[in-house]
Amino acid sequence: MQTTLPRVTRRAPSGPAAVSLSVSRSGEERRRPRRVVGSWLLHLPLILGGALMLFPFYWMLTTALKGLEEASAFPPTLWPTVWMWDNFGRAWQAAPFGRYLLNTVVVATGQTASVLVTGSLAAYAFARIPFPGKNLLFICFLGTMMIPVEVLLVPDFIILKNLGWYDTYLALIVPWMTSVFAIFLLRQFFLSIPDELWDAAQIDGCGRFGFLWRVAVPMARPGLITVGLLTFHGAWNALLWPLIVTGSPNMRLLQVGLAAFQSDARVQYHLWMAAATLTMAPMLAIFLFAQRYFIDAASRSGLKG
Amino acid sequence: MARRSAVKLALQSDGAAQGRGAFQAYLYVLPAFVILLAFHFLPIFYAFYISLFNWRIQQGGFTGLANYANALTNPEFWDSLKVTVYYALGVIVANLVLSTAIGYALSQRIRGRVLYRLVYFLPYVTPVVAAALVWRWIFHAQYGILNFGLGLIGVPAQQWLLEPRGVVELLLQPFGVAPPAWLAGPSLALVCIIVFTVWHTIGFSIVVVLAGLANIPGEVYDAARIDGAGSWGILRHVTLPLLSPTLFFLMVVSTIGAFQSFSSIYVMTDPTHGGPLGTTRNATMYIFQNFFEFTRLGYASAVAFLLFFIVLGLTIVQVRVLGPRVHYQ
Repeated sequence: MQTTLPRVTRRAPSGPAAVSLSVSRSGEERRRPRRVVGSWLLHLPLILGGALMLFPFYWMLTTALKGLEEASAFPPTLWPTVWMWDNFGRAWQAAPFGRYLLNTVVVATGQTASVLVTGSLAAYAFARIPFPGKNLLFICFLGTMMIPVEVLLVPDFIILKNLGWYDTYLALIVPWMTSVFAIFLLRQFFLSIPDELWDAAQIDGCGRFGFLWRVAVPMARPGLITVGLLTFHGAWNALLWPLIVTGSPNMRLLQVGLAAFQSDARVQYHLWMAAATLTMAPMLAIFLFAQRYFIDAASRSGLKG
Repeated sequence: MARRSAVKLALQSDGAAQGRGAFQAYLYVLPAFVILLAFHFLPIFYAFYISLFNWRIQQGGFTGLANYANALTNPEFWDSLKVTVYYALGVIVANLVLSTAIGYALSQRIRGRVLYRLVYFLPYVTPVVAAALVWRWIFHAQYGILNFGLGLIGVPAQQWLLEPRGVVELLLQPFGVAPPAWLAGPSLALVCIIVFTVWHTIGFSIVVVLAGLANIPGEVYDAARIDGAGSWGILRHVTLPLLSPTLFFLMVVSTIGAFQSFSSIYVMTDPTHGGPLGTTRNATMYIFQNFFEFTRLGYASAVAFLLFFIVLGLTIVQVRVLGPRVHYQ
């Protein structure tokens, strides 16, 4: 496709006319370069690609609503002939998904709340309080981001077992109660708070904790939302860690439960898709509700400090 | 300004307040420090210690570097590395090329860009296990919609996730050519998982590319245009070079991510056998199996360390070799 691009290139006007033109345009948006190809040439591949992105969702939902026979019919039907709404109920009953959901909510909420607290506290100290050994400690913190989780699996498993935390919420929550990325990101926010505010707060008799709680945290709200969403999403997504540190079906998180559900031979495809829909739904709902923050979170994690 | 320096002076003269500040700082850092120390920092040394023992469920005899030697002489270990590298290459190349193209298209003044961005980002939000399950169903060898769809345009039915043969081998098959084993390429099953991963993560990369493009100041474009550069020239000589830090970041991050990939492979192929003939058993899966199924904790730790050093080495190579070629403004 790229080789055909130059043919439809439109040349931007050059010379003094172009200068006056670009000066008269205001705002970044207008100064973006002109597109290389005509708009239909952009829309066509974008629409095709978008259809590919959405197709799995369509196929998941329509399969989830088919009966057993129709779901495993070949050639497949593109639309359910009979809508089996009770598939969702049956899938939910076929395994203790209610319990899995409860576990997941407890773990995701626990992790998110603690990451926000420990992250804000540490980030605040790194950003605004001078103390001996600060830089060295911060570098050590950043260094732990380099460690792949594979290296931690075995030792943490043994440590958690010795603590008696194996197969408990503690094993799922405590090791992930802080996040270096969260500290890094929130530190950037706290660094950008002008010193004058802290001076003024001191004159008004406000201590460090008061300043953190009443001034710094509210000012870092976008950062806190980003950190919260990423942590919650990560906890909801986790598979490897919960597989290792829990054993009983009662302690399964949603994704572990779903993986176990699909390897269960009795289960049929339409119920797989119903269960997949149900475990996806909360995350998708949060996303549609808080889209801006999700996309912000992704683009923020891409910006170099 | 005067008031501020006066306050500063007053504060600095008060040594006790400074000491209190430092004490407070340590207190604030403490919770995060304890967690990181106990579960992320000290365990590295513990993992190294474990890797020196014949550690089954209980600690066994000291074996020195035998676990490392065993791994390095075990073809299964090398196979798992090969799978990891194929997977990483496939995901990274496809991700970078597609996200740059789509990100660039979406950065233009076209209608519906917000909607496009939403659609492309949607898969990234879904839990990997649930999404992988949907793709497993799409790729189903017997009832899958993919075989049906390709059948309509005359492509014979494939085994997809059950296919151990390499893609090069499969592509050459109609011409009666059998490539040598080393040229057979990744198994079709692994390619299916690569396709899934690209679908799942492309939205993230696109958003990062869009943020990178938005960071390029408009003056640069104005200057290029004044110098008489056409749209194509601007893309080639201005936009792409200035986007290179973003692409470099994406590459480093996706390399690290690809080397840790687990959930999709666990769900889409049979984890106990490493997929069809072990052709989707990547390094993480290999570590998981040795740890979880065979309870060879010492060996699993040794393999994890080897993988750690490989990833570290790769990251350093990327930074040293490609880093200088990245154009920062």
